[in-house]
Amino acid sequence: MSGGSAQHATAMNAATRGSIRVEDVVKIYDPEGAAVMAVDHCTLDIAAGEICMIVGPSGCGKTTLLNAIAGFHEITSGSILLDGEVLCSTEKPKAEPGSDRIVVFQNGSLFPWKTNLENVAFGPLMQGRFGRKEAYDKAQHMMADAGLSGVEHNYPGEISSGMRRRVEIIRALMNDPKVLLLDEPYRALDSLTKSVMHEALLEIYYKNKVTIFFITHDLEEAIFLGHKVAIMTTRPCRPKKVLEVDIPHPRDYGVLTSRRFRELMEETNEAVHEEALKAFAAGEKEG
Amino acid sequence: MPVTKGQRLQQTLVHGVLSIAAFVILWEIGSRSRQWLGLDAFEWLRGLLAWFGWEKKILPWIGAVPAPSDVLAKWAQIIHDVSYWHSWYMSLFRVMAGFTAAMIIGIPFGLLLAANRTAFGISFPVFEVLRPIPPLAWVPVAIIFWPTQELAISFVTFLGAFYTIVINVIGGAKSIDVRYYQAAQSMGASNWDIFRRIVLPGTLPSIVVGSAVGMGITWEVVVAAEMISGGGSQIGGTAGGGLGFFIWNSYVGGSYEQIVVGMISIGIAGFVSSGLLRAAGKYVTPWLRLR
Repeated sequence: MSGGSAQHATAMNAATRGSIRVEDVVKIYDPEGAAVMAVDHCTLDIAAGEICMIVGPSGCGKTTLLNAIAGFHEITSGSILLDGEVLCSTEKPKAEPGSDRIVVFQNGSLFPWKTNLENVAFGPLMQGRFGRKEAYDKAQHMMADAGLSGVEHNYPGEISSGMRRRVEIIRALMNDPKVLLLDEPYRALDSLTKSVMHEALLEIYYKNKVTIFFITHDLEEAIFLGHKVAIMTTRPCRPKKVLEVDIPHPRDYGVLTSRRFRELMEETNEAVHEEALKAFAAGEKEG
Repeated sequence: MPVTKGQRLQQTLVHGVLSIAAFVILWEIGSRSRQWLGLDAFEWLRGLLAWFGWEKKILPWIGAVPAPSDVLAKWAQIIHDVSYWHSWYMSLFRVMAGFTAAMIIGIPFGLLLAANRTAFGISFPVFEVLRPIPPLAWVPVAIIFWPTQELAISFVTFLGAFYTIVINVIGGAKSIDVRYYQAAQSMGASNWDIFRRIVLPGTLPSIVVGSAVGMGITWEVVVAAEMISGGGSQIGGTAGGGLGFFIWNSYVGGSYEQIVVGMISIGIAGFVSSGLLRAAGKYVTPWLRLR
Protein backbone atom coordinates (compact mmCIF):
# COMPACT_ATOMS: atom_id res chain seq x y z
CA MET A 1 0.00 0.00 0.00
CA SER A 2 1.23 3.46 -0.79
CA GLY A 3 2.36 4.45 2.68
CA GLY A 4 0.85 7.83 3.33
CA SER A 5 -2.78 6.96 2.61
CA ALA A 6 -4.51 8.24 5.70
CA GLN A 7 -2.32 9.56 8.45
CA HIS A 8 -4.82 10.95 10.84
CA ALA A 9 -4.18 14.32 12.31
CA THR A 10 -5.44 13.57 15.79
CA ALA A 11 -2.63 14.63 18.04
CA MET A 12 -2.99 11.99 20.74
CA ASN A 13 -3.18 9.21 18.24
CA ALA A 14 0.11 7.43 18.72
CA ALA A 15 -0.93 4.12 17.20
CA THR A 16 1.25 2.81 14.40
CA ARG A 17 -0.62 -0.30 13.39
CA GLY A 18 -4.08 -1.30 12.36
CA SER A 19 -4.66 0.83 9.26
CA ILE A 20 -7.30 -0.60 6.94
CA ARG A 21 -7.77 0.10 3.29
CA VAL A 22 -10.95 -1.10 1.63
CA GLU A 23 -10.38 -0.79 -2.10
CA ASP A 24 -13.15 -0.99 -4.65
CA VAL A 25 -14.81 -3.91 -2.88
CA VAL A 26 -17.82 -5.52 -4.49
CA LYS A 27 -19.92 -8.24 -2.91
CA ILE A 28 -22.66 -9.95 -4.87
CA TYR A 29 -24.79 -12.56 -3.20
CA ASP A 30 -26.04 -15.06 -5.70
CA PRO A 31 -28.80 -17.10 -4.21
CA GLU A 32 -30.21 -19.25 -7.03
CA GLY A 33 -29.19 -16.93 -9.82
CA ALA A 34 -30.91 -13.84 -8.43
CA ALA A 35 -27.80 -11.73 -7.96
CA VAL A 36 -28.11 -9.23 -5.13
CA MET A 37 -25.42 -6.61 -4.83
CA ALA A 38 -24.68 -6.00 -1.16
CA VAL A 39 -21.53 -3.89 -1.47
CA ASP A 40 -20.95 -1.70 -4.51
CA HIS A 41 -17.41 -0.56 -5.34
CA CYS A 42 -16.74 0.52 -1.81
CA THR A 43 -13.51 2.38 -1.02
CA LEU A 44 -12.66 3.47 2.49
CA ASP A 45 -9.50 4.34 4.39
CA ILE A 46 -9.14 3.93 8.11
CA ALA A 47 -5.96 5.17 9.74
CA ALA A 48 -4.10 3.27 12.42
CA GLY A 49 -5.68 3.81 15.82
CA GLU A 50 -8.70 5.57 14.41
CA ILE A 51 -12.29 5.08 15.47
CA CYS A 52 -14.25 4.77 12.26
CA MET A 53 -18.02 4.68 12.59
CA ILE A 54 -20.05 3.09 9.81
CA VAL A 55 -23.59 4.43 9.72
CA GLY A 56 -26.33 3.16 7.47
CA PRO A 57 -29.84 1.76 7.39
CA SER A 58 -30.50 -1.79 8.54
CA GLY A 59 -29.60 -4.44 5.99
CA CYS A 60 -27.57 -2.05 3.85
CA GLY A 61 -24.51 -4.30 3.69
CA LYS A 62 -22.42 -2.86 6.53
CA THR A 63 -22.13 -6.25 8.20
CA THR A 64 -21.13 -7.80 4.88
CA LEU A 65 -18.15 -5.49 4.85
CA LEU A 66 -17.28 -6.38 8.44
CA ASN A 67 -17.52 -10.09 7.69
CA ALA A 68 -15.15 -9.65 4.76
CA ILE A 69 -12.56 -7.91 6.95
CA ALA A 70 -12.95 -10.52 9.70
CA GLY A 71 -12.57 -13.34 7.18
CA PHE A 72 -15.97 -14.91 7.73
CA HIS A 73 -17.22 -14.33 4.20
CA GLU A 74 -15.81 -13.93 0.70
CA ILE A 75 -15.79 -10.81 -1.41
CA THR A 76 -16.61 -10.81 -5.11
CA SER A 77 -13.92 -8.38 -6.22
CA GLY A 78 -11.68 -5.57 -4.96
CA SER A 79 -9.27 -5.89 -2.08
CA ILE A 80 -8.92 -5.24 1.63
CA LEU A 81 -5.54 -4.44 3.16
CA LEU A 82 -4.44 -4.36 6.77
CA ASP A 83 -1.25 -2.39 7.38
CA GLY A 84 -0.49 -2.70 3.69
CA GLU A 85 -0.85 -6.46 3.60
CA VAL A 86 -3.56 -7.99 1.50
CA LEU A 87 -6.23 -9.70 3.59
CA CYS A 88 -8.42 -10.60 0.67
CA SER A 89 -8.67 -9.69 -2.97
CA THR A 90 -10.29 -10.74 -6.21
CA GLU A 91 -7.75 -13.57 -6.47
CA LYS A 92 -8.09 -14.70 -2.85
CA PRO A 93 -11.68 -13.81 -1.98
CA LYS A 94 -11.73 -14.95 1.62
CA ALA A 95 -9.42 -13.61 4.32
CA GLU A 96 -8.16 -15.93 7.05
CA PRO A 97 -9.83 -15.14 10.36
CA GLY A 98 -7.15 -14.11 12.83
CA SER A 99 -6.55 -12.69 16.26
CA ASP A 100 -5.42 -9.38 14.76
CA ARG A 101 -9.07 -8.66 13.89
CA ILE A 102 -11.55 -9.51 16.62
CA VAL A 103 -15.29 -9.08 16.20
CA VAL A 104 -17.66 -8.05 18.97
CA PHE A 105 -20.99 -9.32 17.73
CA GLN A 106 -24.37 -7.67 17.75
CA ASN A 107 -25.90 -10.19 20.12
CA GLY A 108 -22.71 -11.07 21.90
CA SER A 109 -20.67 -14.21 21.55
CA LEU A 110 -19.34 -14.86 25.03
CA PHE A 111 -19.32 -18.61 25.49
CA PRO A 112 -22.17 -19.25 27.92
CA TRP A 113 -20.49 -22.40 29.28
CA LYS A 114 -17.34 -20.57 30.34
CA THR A 115 -17.04 -18.15 33.23
CA ASN A 116 -16.30 -14.54 32.36
CA LEU A 117 -12.68 -15.00 33.34
CA GLU A 118 -12.35 -18.15 31.24
CA ASN A 119 -13.88 -16.25 28.35
CA VAL A 120 -11.42 -13.39 28.69
CA ALA A 121 -8.45 -15.75 28.95
CA PHE A 122 -9.61 -17.84 25.98
CA GLY A 123 -7.74 -16.10 23.14
CA PRO A 124 -4.19 -16.05 24.58
CA LEU A 125 -4.59 -19.67 25.69
CA MET A 126 -5.69 -20.76 22.23
CA GLN A 127 -2.84 -18.90 20.59
CA GLY A 128 -0.42 -20.32 23.12
CA ARG A 129 0.85 -16.83 23.88
CA PHE A 130 0.63 -17.31 27.64
CA GLY A 131 0.66 -20.21 30.03
CA ARG A 132 -2.47 -20.94 32.00
CA LYS A 133 -1.59 -19.01 35.11
CA GLU A 134 -0.22 -16.05 33.21
CA ALA A 135 -3.32 -15.85 31.00
CA TYR A 136 -5.66 -15.91 33.98
CA ASP A 137 -3.59 -13.32 35.85
CA LYS A 138 -3.63 -11.01 32.87
CA ALA A 139 -7.36 -11.58 32.34
CA GLN A 140 -8.03 -10.78 35.98
CA HIS A 141 -5.95 -7.64 35.71
CA MET A 142 -7.64 -6.46 32.52
CA MET A 143 -11.08 -7.07 33.99
CA ALA A 144 -10.22 -5.19 37.16
CA ASP A 145 -8.94 -2.32 35.03
CA ALA A 146 -12.26 -2.12 33.23
CA GLY A 147 -14.25 -2.12 36.45
CA LEU A 148 -15.30 -5.72 36.11
CA SER A 149 -13.95 -7.06 39.39
CA GLY A 150 -16.29 -9.39 41.17
CA VAL A 151 -17.90 -11.03 38.15
CA GLU A 152 -14.86 -13.07 37.07
CA HIS A 153 -16.27 -16.34 38.28
CA ASN A 154 -19.83 -15.71 37.18
CA TYR A 155 -21.16 -17.05 33.93
CA PRO A 156 -22.09 -14.53 31.24
CA GLY A 157 -25.75 -15.44 31.76
CA GLU A 158 -25.55 -14.17 35.31
CA ILE A 159 -24.57 -10.57 34.56
CA SER A 160 -26.36 -7.68 32.86
CA SER A 161 -26.16 -7.24 29.10
CA GLY A 162 -24.15 -4.04 29.50
CA MET A 163 -21.59 -5.90 31.59
CA ARG A 164 -21.49 -8.70 29.04
CA ARG A 165 -20.57 -6.24 26.30
CA ARG A 166 -17.71 -4.93 28.40
CA VAL A 167 -16.47 -8.43 29.14
CA GLU A 168 -16.61 -9.19 25.44
CA ILE A 169 -14.62 -6.08 24.52
CA ILE A 170 -12.02 -7.01 27.14
CA ARG A 171 -11.93 -10.54 25.75
CA ALA A 172 -11.26 -9.06 22.33
CA LEU A 173 -8.48 -6.78 23.63
CA MET A 174 -6.78 -9.71 25.36
CA ASN A 175 -5.83 -10.90 21.88
CA ASP A 176 -3.88 -7.69 21.35
CA PRO A 177 -5.71 -7.09 18.07
CA LYS A 178 -4.82 -4.46 15.50
CA VAL A 179 -8.47 -3.85 14.80
CA LEU A 180 -11.65 -4.21 16.82
CA LEU A 181 -14.68 -4.88 14.66
CA LEU A 182 -17.85 -3.92 16.50
CA ASP A 183 -21.17 -4.84 14.94
CA GLU A 184 -23.85 -2.71 16.58
CA PRO A 185 -22.74 -3.87 20.00
CA TYR A 186 -25.03 -1.54 21.92
CA ARG A 187 -28.12 -1.98 19.83
CA ALA A 188 -30.10 -3.90 22.40
CA LEU A 189 -29.21 -1.64 25.30
CA ASP A 190 -31.42 1.09 26.72
CA SER A 191 -30.19 4.65 26.18
CA LEU A 192 -29.01 5.16 29.77
CA THR A 193 -26.88 2.01 29.73
CA LYS A 194 -25.70 3.00 26.28
CA SER A 195 -24.29 6.31 27.49
CA VAL A 196 -22.39 4.51 30.24
CA MET A 197 -21.09 2.01 27.69
CA HIS A 198 -19.89 4.78 25.37
CA GLU A 199 -17.76 6.38 28.04
CA ALA A 200 -16.47 2.98 29.12
CA LEU A 201 -15.52 2.17 25.53
CA LEU A 202 -13.68 5.48 25.13
CA GLU A 203 -11.87 4.87 28.41
CA ILE A 204 -10.75 1.45 27.18
CA TYR A 205 -9.79 2.99 23.85
CA TYR A 206 -7.65 5.70 25.41
CA LYS A 207 -5.72 3.00 27.24
CA ASN A 208 -5.31 0.61 24.31
CA LYS A 209 -5.31 2.72 21.14
CA VAL A 210 -6.63 0.09 18.84
CA THR A 211 -8.25 0.78 15.48
CA ILE A 212 -12.02 0.49 15.82
CA PHE A 213 -14.42 -0.32 13.01
CA PHE A 214 -17.80 0.34 14.55
CA ILE A 215 -21.12 -0.35 12.83
CA THR A 216 -24.18 1.48 14.07
CA HIS A 217 -27.31 3.15 12.83
CA ASP A 218 -27.33 5.64 15.63
CA LEU A 219 -25.95 8.91 14.26
CA GLU A 220 -25.50 10.48 17.67
CA GLU A 221 -23.47 7.50 18.83
CA ALA A 222 -21.41 7.70 15.66
CA ILE A 223 -20.48 11.36 16.01
CA PHE A 224 -19.86 11.09 19.74
CA LEU A 225 -17.42 8.20 19.44
CA GLY A 226 -15.83 8.49 16.00
CA HIS A 227 -12.83 10.26 14.53
CA LYS A 228 -14.49 9.54 11.26
CA VAL A 229 -18.08 8.77 10.34
CA ALA A 230 -18.80 7.01 7.07
CA ILE A 231 -22.43 7.31 6.07
CA MET A 232 -23.30 4.44 3.79
CA THR A 233 -25.91 4.29 1.07
CA THR A 234 -28.67 1.78 1.38
CA ARG A 235 -28.18 -1.51 -0.44
CA PRO A 236 -25.91 -1.75 -2.34
CA CYS A 237 -23.60 -0.28 0.24
CA ARG A 238 -20.97 2.36 -0.54
CA PRO A 239 -19.82 5.46 1.37
CA LYS A 240 -22.18 8.32 0.60
CA LYS A 241 -20.43 10.85 2.79
CA VAL A 242 -17.36 10.61 4.99
CA LEU A 243 -17.28 13.05 7.85
CA GLU A 244 -14.14 13.92 9.82
CA VAL A 245 -15.29 14.71 13.34
CA ASP A 246 -13.11 17.61 14.48
CA ILE A 247 -14.14 17.46 18.13
CA PRO A 248 -10.94 16.65 20.02
CA HIS A 249 -10.52 13.46 22.03
CA PRO A 250 -10.72 12.68 24.93
CA ARG A 251 -14.43 13.32 24.86
CA ASP A 252 -17.05 13.00 27.53
CA TYR A 253 -20.79 13.38 27.57
CA GLY A 254 -20.59 17.15 27.70
CA VAL A 255 -19.77 17.01 24.00
CA LEU A 256 -23.37 16.06 23.21
CA THR A 257 -24.64 19.51 24.05
CA SER A 258 -21.80 21.42 22.40
CA ARG A 259 -22.47 23.65 19.40
CA ARG A 260 -20.01 21.82 17.14
CA PHE A 261 -21.71 18.49 17.88
CA ARG A 262 -25.08 19.95 16.93
CA GLU A 263 -23.63 21.38 13.73
CA LEU A 264 -22.18 18.03 12.75
CA MET A 265 -25.48 16.33 13.52
CA GLU A 266 -27.29 18.79 11.26
CA GLU A 267 -24.70 18.40 8.55
CA THR A 268 -25.14 14.63 8.39
CA ASN A 269 -28.68 14.10 9.49
CA GLU A 270 -30.12 14.80 6.08
CA ALA A 271 -27.86 12.31 4.32
CA VAL A 272 -28.76 9.60 6.81
CA HIS A 273 -32.44 10.37 6.61
CA GLU A 274 -32.36 10.26 2.83
CA GLU A 275 -30.87 6.75 2.86
CA ALA A 276 -33.28 5.60 5.52
CA LEU A 277 -36.18 6.71 3.33
CA LYS A 278 -34.70 4.85 0.37
CA ALA A 279 -34.27 1.73 2.46
CA PHE A 280 -37.82 2.06 3.68
CA ALA A 281 -39.20 2.42 0.17
CA ALA A 282 -37.15 -0.57 -1.02
CA GLY A 283 -38.50 -2.58 1.90
CA GLU A 284 -42.04 -1.66 0.90
CA LYS A 285 -41.43 -2.87 -2.63
CA GLU A 286 -39.98 -6.16 -1.47
CA GLY A 287 -42.90 -6.71 0.87
CA MET B 1 -41.58 -11.76 52.85
CA PRO B 2 -38.99 -13.31 50.61
CA VAL B 3 -39.13 -17.07 50.33
CA THR B 4 -35.78 -18.77 50.84
CA LYS B 5 -34.61 -21.70 48.82
CA GLY B 6 -34.93 -24.00 51.84
CA GLN B 7 -38.50 -22.91 52.44
CA ARG B 8 -39.41 -23.53 48.84
CA LEU B 9 -37.86 -27.00 48.96
CA GLN B 10 -39.77 -27.74 52.14
CA GLN B 11 -42.98 -26.61 50.51
CA THR B 12 -42.37 -28.85 47.49
CA LEU B 13 -41.67 -31.75 49.81
CA VAL B 14 -44.88 -31.18 51.79
CA HIS B 15 -46.91 -31.00 48.58
CA GLY B 16 -45.32 -34.21 47.34
CA VAL B 17 -46.00 -36.13 50.52
CA LEU B 18 -49.58 -34.82 50.70
CA SER B 19 -50.35 -35.77 47.11
CA ILE B 20 -48.95 -39.28 47.51
CA ALA B 21 -50.85 -39.74 50.77
CA ALA B 22 -54.10 -38.54 49.20
CA PHE B 23 -53.59 -40.89 46.28
CA VAL B 24 -52.97 -43.89 48.55
CA ILE B 25 -55.96 -43.08 50.74
CA LEU B 26 -58.32 -42.76 47.77
CA TRP B 27 -57.00 -46.01 46.39
CA GLU B 28 -57.42 -47.76 49.73
CA ILE B 29 -60.99 -46.52 50.18
CA GLY B 30 -61.93 -47.39 46.62
CA SER B 31 -60.39 -50.79 46.86
CA ARG B 32 -61.97 -51.63 50.23
CA SER B 33 -65.46 -50.41 49.40
CA ARG B 34 -65.30 -52.17 46.03
CA GLN B 35 -66.77 -49.11 44.39
CA TRP B 36 -65.44 -46.61 41.96
CA LEU B 37 -63.33 -44.25 44.04
CA GLY B 38 -65.44 -45.43 46.96
CA LEU B 39 -68.24 -43.05 46.06
CA ASP B 40 -71.80 -43.84 45.15
CA ALA B 41 -71.95 -40.57 43.35
CA PHE B 42 -70.97 -42.30 40.15
CA GLU B 43 -74.04 -44.49 40.24
CA TRP B 44 -75.97 -41.97 38.16
CA LEU B 45 -73.23 -42.08 35.57
CA ARG B 46 -73.59 -45.83 35.31
CA GLY B 47 -77.33 -45.41 34.93
CA LEU B 48 -76.77 -42.87 32.19
CA LEU B 49 -74.43 -45.20 30.35
CA ALA B 50 -76.90 -48.07 30.71
CA TRP B 51 -79.55 -45.84 29.22
CA PHE B 52 -77.38 -45.48 26.13
CA GLY B 53 -77.31 -49.22 25.91
CA TRP B 54 -73.92 -49.79 27.43
CA GLU B 55 -73.38 -52.45 30.01
CA LYS B 56 -73.31 -51.34 33.57
CA LYS B 57 -69.92 -52.97 33.95
CA ILE B 58 -68.37 -50.59 31.50
CA LEU B 59 -66.92 -48.41 34.26
CA PRO B 60 -64.20 -50.27 36.07
CA TRP B 61 -63.92 -49.97 39.78
CA ILE B 62 -60.71 -49.64 41.53
CA GLY B 63 -61.90 -52.39 43.86
CA ALA B 64 -60.65 -54.88 41.33
CA VAL B 65 -57.13 -53.73 42.17
CA PRO B 66 -55.61 -54.93 45.44
CA ALA B 67 -55.67 -52.36 48.22
CA PRO B 68 -52.42 -50.56 49.05
CA SER B 69 -52.39 -52.08 52.52
CA ASP B 70 -52.48 -55.57 51.02
CA VAL B 71 -49.77 -54.62 48.57
CA LEU B 72 -47.65 -53.28 51.40
CA ALA B 73 -48.13 -56.47 53.37
CA LYS B 74 -47.09 -58.51 50.37
CA TRP B 75 -44.10 -56.29 49.84
CA ALA B 76 -42.98 -56.69 53.44
CA GLN B 77 -42.99 -60.41 52.76
CA ILE B 78 -41.24 -60.30 49.41
CA ILE B 79 -38.56 -57.94 50.58
CA HIS B 80 -36.83 -60.86 52.27
CA ASP B 81 -36.96 -62.88 49.10
CA VAL B 82 -33.65 -62.97 47.24
CA SER B 83 -35.31 -63.62 43.89
CA TYR B 84 -37.22 -60.32 44.15
CA TRP B 85 -33.95 -58.43 44.51
CA HIS B 86 -32.44 -60.48 41.77
CA SER B 87 -35.25 -59.30 39.48
CA TRP B 88 -34.28 -55.75 40.37
CA TYR B 89 -30.68 -56.51 39.65
CA MET B 90 -31.41 -58.13 36.28
CA SER B 91 -33.59 -55.27 35.03
CA LEU B 92 -31.18 -52.66 36.33
CA PHE B 93 -28.29 -54.46 34.68
CA ARG B 94 -30.08 -54.58 31.33
CA VAL B 95 -31.12 -50.95 31.52
CA MET B 96 -27.60 -49.87 32.36
CA ALA B 97 -26.06 -52.05 29.66
CA GLY B 98 -28.44 -50.77 26.99
CA PHE B 99 -28.29 -47.18 28.17
CA THR B 100 -24.51 -47.06 28.47
CA ALA B 101 -24.10 -48.59 25.02
CA ALA B 102 -26.56 -46.04 23.63
CA MET B 103 -24.51 -43.19 25.16
CA ILE B 104 -21.17 -44.57 24.00
CA ILE B 105 -22.35 -45.13 20.45
CA GLY B 106 -25.04 -42.48 20.18
CA ILE B 107 -23.12 -39.37 21.27
CA PRO B 108 -20.16 -39.74 18.86
CA PHE B 109 -22.50 -40.87 16.11
CA GLY B 110 -24.74 -37.83 16.60
CA LEU B 111 -21.73 -35.49 16.67
CA LEU B 112 -20.36 -37.04 13.50
CA LEU B 113 -23.68 -36.62 11.72
CA ALA B 114 -23.91 -33.01 12.87
CA ALA B 115 -20.34 -32.18 11.83
CA ASN B 116 -19.95 -34.03 8.56
CA ARG B 117 -22.29 -33.49 5.65
CA THR B 118 -21.21 -36.69 3.87
CA ALA B 119 -21.64 -38.83 6.96
CA PHE B 120 -25.04 -37.25 7.46
CA GLY B 121 -26.06 -37.88 3.86
CA ILE B 122 -25.04 -41.52 4.02
CA SER B 123 -26.32 -42.47 7.48
CA PHE B 124 -29.33 -40.33 8.13
CA PRO B 125 -31.77 -41.90 5.63
CA VAL B 126 -31.18 -45.37 7.05
CA PHE B 127 -31.39 -43.97 10.57
CA GLU B 128 -34.67 -42.25 9.78
CA VAL B 129 -36.21 -45.41 8.31
CA LEU B 130 -35.20 -47.51 11.31
CA ARG B 131 -36.14 -44.90 13.91
CA PRO B 132 -39.94 -45.17 13.70
CA ILE B 133 -39.77 -48.94 14.32
CA PRO B 134 -40.69 -49.33 17.98
CA PRO B 135 -37.97 -51.12 19.96
CA LEU B 136 -40.49 -53.79 20.95
CA ALA B 137 -40.98 -54.71 17.30
CA TRP B 138 -37.33 -55.70 17.36
CA VAL B 139 -37.81 -58.31 20.08
CA PRO B 140 -38.36 -61.38 17.84
CA VAL B 141 -35.54 -60.42 15.46
CA ALA B 142 -33.26 -59.63 18.37
CA ILE B 143 -33.89 -63.04 19.89
CA ILE B 144 -33.09 -64.73 16.58
CA PHE B 145 -30.10 -62.54 15.88
CA TRP B 146 -28.26 -62.39 19.19
CA PRO B 147 -26.69 -65.56 20.54
CA THR B 148 -28.10 -65.14 24.04
CA GLN B 149 -31.40 -63.84 25.30
CA GLU B 150 -29.53 -61.54 27.63
CA LEU B 151 -27.90 -59.79 24.72
CA ALA B 152 -31.21 -59.65 22.88
CA ILE B 153 -32.94 -57.83 25.73
CA SER B 154 -30.04 -55.45 26.25
CA PHE B 155 -30.04 -54.72 22.54
CA VAL B 156 -33.71 -53.80 22.61
CA THR B 157 -33.18 -51.48 25.59
CA PHE B 158 -30.22 -50.00 23.74
CA LEU B 159 -32.50 -49.14 20.82
CA GLY B 160 -34.92 -47.46 23.20
CA ALA B 161 -32.33 -44.89 24.25
CA PHE B 162 -30.18 -44.76 21.12
CA TYR B 163 -32.51 -42.91 18.73
CA THR B 164 -33.49 -40.30 21.28
CA ILE B 165 -29.89 -39.60 22.21
CA VAL B 166 -28.74 -39.34 18.59
CA ILE B 167 -31.58 -37.03 17.58
CA ASN B 168 -30.91 -34.78 20.56
CA VAL B 169 -27.17 -34.65 19.92
CA ILE B 170 -27.67 -33.74 16.26
CA GLY B 171 -30.22 -31.08 17.15
CA GLY B 172 -28.05 -29.68 19.93
CA ALA B 173 -24.86 -29.56 17.89
CA LYS B 174 -26.59 -27.95 14.92
CA SER B 175 -28.23 -25.26 17.00
CA ILE B 176 -24.91 -23.91 18.30
CA ASP B 177 -24.71 -20.31 17.16
CA VAL B 178 -22.29 -19.72 14.28
CA ARG B 179 -20.93 -16.67 16.15
CA TYR B 180 -19.32 -18.98 18.70
CA TYR B 181 -17.41 -20.76 15.96
CA GLN B 182 -16.42 -17.48 14.34
CA ALA B 183 -15.29 -15.97 17.63
CA ALA B 184 -13.27 -19.06 18.55
CA GLN B 185 -11.73 -19.20 15.09
CA SER B 186 -10.74 -15.53 15.23
CA MET B 187 -9.10 -16.09 18.59
CA GLY B 188 -6.91 -18.79 17.10
CA ALA B 189 -8.68 -21.96 18.19
CA SER B 190 -7.74 -25.08 16.22
CA ASN B 191 -10.36 -27.50 14.91
CA TRP B 192 -9.74 -29.76 17.88
CA ASP B 193 -10.10 -26.82 20.27
CA ILE B 194 -13.35 -25.84 18.58
CA PHE B 195 -14.66 -29.37 18.95
CA ARG B 196 -13.60 -29.67 22.57
CA ARG B 197 -14.40 -26.19 23.80
CA ILE B 198 -17.35 -25.16 21.65
CA VAL B 199 -19.13 -28.16 20.13
CA LEU B 200 -18.94 -30.43 23.15
CA PRO B 201 -20.07 -27.99 25.85
CA GLY B 202 -22.57 -26.47 23.42
CA THR B 203 -24.15 -29.88 22.88
CA LEU B 204 -24.02 -30.94 26.52
CA PRO B 205 -27.46 -29.59 27.53
CA SER B 206 -29.03 -31.55 24.67
CA ILE B 207 -27.07 -34.66 25.65
CA VAL B 208 -28.46 -34.34 29.17
CA VAL B 209 -32.03 -33.95 27.91
CA GLY B 210 -31.63 -36.82 25.45
CA SER B 211 -30.23 -39.09 28.14
CA ALA B 212 -33.02 -38.30 30.58
CA VAL B 213 -35.68 -39.05 27.98
CA GLY B 214 -33.73 -42.10 26.80
CA MET B 215 -33.45 -43.43 30.33
CA GLY B 216 -37.23 -43.26 30.70
CA ILE B 217 -37.69 -45.18 27.47
CA THR B 218 -35.21 -47.90 28.47
CA TRP B 219 -37.28 -48.70 31.56
CA GLU B 220 -40.43 -48.92 29.48
CA VAL B 221 -38.70 -51.13 26.96
CA VAL B 222 -36.88 -53.45 29.34
CA VAL B 223 -40.06 -54.42 31.15
CA ALA B 224 -41.97 -55.19 27.99
CA ALA B 225 -39.02 -57.05 26.48
CA GLU B 226 -38.74 -59.19 29.58
CA MET B 227 -42.43 -60.00 29.48
CA ILE B 228 -42.38 -60.98 25.82
CA SER B 229 -39.17 -62.94 25.83
CA GLY B 230 -39.77 -64.64 29.14
CA GLY B 231 -36.92 -62.55 30.46
CA GLY B 232 -34.26 -65.16 30.04
CA SER B 233 -36.10 -67.39 32.48
CA GLN B 234 -34.26 -70.31 30.98
CA ILE B 235 -31.08 -68.97 32.49
CA GLY B 236 -31.99 -68.43 36.07
CA GLY B 237 -35.57 -69.60 36.48
CA THR B 238 -38.00 -66.91 37.67
CA ALA B 239 -35.14 -65.18 39.42
CA GLY B 240 -33.35 -64.44 36.16
CA GLY B 241 -36.31 -62.70 34.60
CA GLY B 242 -36.08 -59.16 35.82
CA LEU B 243 -38.96 -56.98 37.02
CA GLY B 244 -40.94 -57.32 33.79
CA PHE B 245 -40.95 -61.05 34.06
CA PHE B 246 -41.64 -60.75 37.80
CA ILE B 247 -44.89 -58.91 36.98
CA TRP B 248 -45.83 -61.31 34.25
CA ASN B 249 -45.11 -64.30 36.44
CA SER B 250 -47.23 -62.83 39.24
CA TYR B 251 -50.08 -62.35 36.80
CA VAL B 252 -49.85 -65.91 35.56
CA GLY B 253 -49.62 -67.16 39.13
CA GLY B 254 -52.62 -65.05 40.16
CA SER B 255 -50.84 -63.03 42.80
CA TYR B 256 -52.34 -59.61 42.16
CA GLU B 257 -50.62 -57.91 45.07
CA GLN B 258 -47.31 -59.01 43.68
CA ILE B 259 -48.15 -57.45 40.29
CA VAL B 260 -48.58 -54.10 41.97
CA VAL B 261 -45.38 -54.58 43.97
CA GLY B 262 -43.57 -55.12 40.66
CA MET B 263 -45.18 -52.06 39.11
CA ILE B 264 -44.28 -49.79 41.99
CA SER B 265 -40.74 -51.20 42.00
CA ILE B 266 -40.35 -50.09 38.39
CA GLY B 267 -41.80 -46.71 39.27
CA ILE B 268 -39.22 -46.29 42.00
CA ALA B 269 -36.39 -47.52 39.79
CA GLY B 270 -37.34 -45.12 37.01
CA PHE B 271 -37.74 -42.22 39.42
CA VAL B 272 -34.38 -42.82 41.07
CA SER B 273 -32.49 -43.28 37.81
CA SER B 274 -33.99 -40.14 36.24
CA GLY B 275 -33.26 -38.25 39.46
CA LEU B 276 -29.64 -39.33 39.45
CA LEU B 277 -29.35 -38.42 35.79
CA ARG B 278 -30.85 -35.00 36.38
CA ALA B 279 -28.43 -34.38 39.23
CA ALA B 280 -25.51 -35.46 37.06
CA GLY B 281 -26.83 -33.25 34.27
CA LYS B 282 -26.95 -30.23 36.55
CA TYR B 283 -23.44 -30.97 37.70
CA VAL B 284 -21.98 -31.01 34.19
CA THR B 285 -23.88 -27.91 32.99
CA PRO B 286 -23.28 -25.43 35.83
CA TRP B 287 -23.98 -22.43 33.58
CA LEU B 288 -27.61 -23.46 33.28
CA ARG B 289 -28.18 -23.27 37.02
CA LEU B 290 -28.28 -19.50 36.87
CA ARG B 291 -30.35 -17.17 38.98
